[in-house]
Amino acid sequence: MKALPMRTRLYSLDELEDIPGTKVFTAIRSRQAYHLHKFCMSLMEAHNRNAFKADERAYLDRFRMSDEQKEAVLARDFNKLIELGGNIYFLVKLSNTDGWSTQKAVGSMTGMTADEYAAMMRAGGRPIEGNRSIKEGN
Amino acid sequence: MARITAGIATSHVPAIGAAFDQGRTQEEYWKPVFDGYEWVKGFQEREEPDVVILCYNDHASAMMLDVVPTFALGMAEEFEPADEGWGARPVPTVMGDPVLAAHLAEQLVIDNFDLTLMNHMDVDHGLTVPLSLMFGKVDQWPVRVIPLAINVTQFPTPSAERCWQLGEAIGDAVRSYPADLNVQIWGTGGMSHQLQGPRAGLINPEFDNAFLDKLIDRTDDLRAITRLEFLRESGSEGIELIMWLIMRAALGEKVEQLHRFYHVPASNTAVGHIVLRPAG
Repeated sequence: MKALPMRTRLYSLDELEDIPGTKVFTAIRSRQAYHLHKFCMSLMEAHNRNAFKADERAYLDRFRMSDEQKEAVLARDFNKLIELGGNIYFLVKLSNTDGWSTQKAVGSMTGMTADEYAAMMRAGGRPIEGNRSIKEGN
Repeated sequence: MARITAGIATSHVPAIGAAFDQGRTQEEYWKPVFDGYEWVKGFQEREEPDVVILCYNDHASAMMLDVVPTFALGMAEEFEPADEGWGARPVPTVMGDPVLAAHLAEQLVIDNFDLTLMNHMDVDHGLTVPLSLMFGKVDQWPVRVIPLAINVTQFPTPSAERCWQLGEAIGDAVRSYPADLNVQIWGTGGMSHQLQGPRAGLINPEFDNAFLDKLIDRTDDLRAITRLEFLRESGSEGIELIMWLIMRAALGEKVEQLHRFYHVPASNTAVGHIVLRPAG
């Protein structure tokens, strides 16, 4: 039997990869990060936050996360965590546990210091010009 | 008969909630943000709405891990503020309206919207920050709230057009409810912002202000915005603006703008707020 054609998309899915400095959180990425996210959501309970703070490595070993994901948690490497499937709304449970502001967690992914990032936001944020498309360079 | 008397949209930044809870609303950084909401608090005192249908997104607090509903309607009598990693916000329990919610569920499914019905869920800053902005510090919320959670996070998210259609169906469902209720519908989230990766901090005031302009009388343009365009132009989290379209569509064809506010920044985000009245 011949395969049916897929439904017509309004744009190619490759276009989603064309936005500079951006990873689109898809269903498949969500699967990749399921156990990482389960860890993050466990931090919504105070007793789990305490257990994590007491021994981070031992607490992480309760979850079926990849070693790479565990190392990125220990390093608070949010870019790496997003590369490994993570989504910011789960990940801020971790930065909230650390007492970080969301701005500090988000700014840590930009290569700027927290002060530089905060100053950029006060000055109106990162401009759209030059940040729309990798291939168009606009 | 129940009627929708106003549509309200606002951003729902968590840092606004933190500043509010910690009494920092008069600090230099936050005062311009909170000043933008003084008008609406007076408006709400005059309007005395009975129920708010509150479109928001859950931020991995009650959903997103094991279930990812596209449209989820809150059916419960009560919704507790969620602990998002620093303890729950010190705000009142949110009281629901299970009878109106059941009516909406029935009517919307007849209209071919296959909703997920939530008999239990906690509600996070996406829902409670807008309540704080509209009503200030209170011992109990002066309205019942029917939460409507939309997946704006995991692709594929619903399209702008689908959100518009849902809003129209909600408008019809409310107007077919026999009890005499003053109902508001709120759209929350946005405006432009990006919370991930090296492009984090993106703000696009031109896109945001065009969106606010068109929300009044050029809504066809907004319904045609693709997911890709939202991502490119308003940042990876700016796509929350599709929830504003549910609100707008529920008001009918013509609206009057009663109030509008725009400010950059609150933490990582451009803050937008608009109050609309259906105009026949």
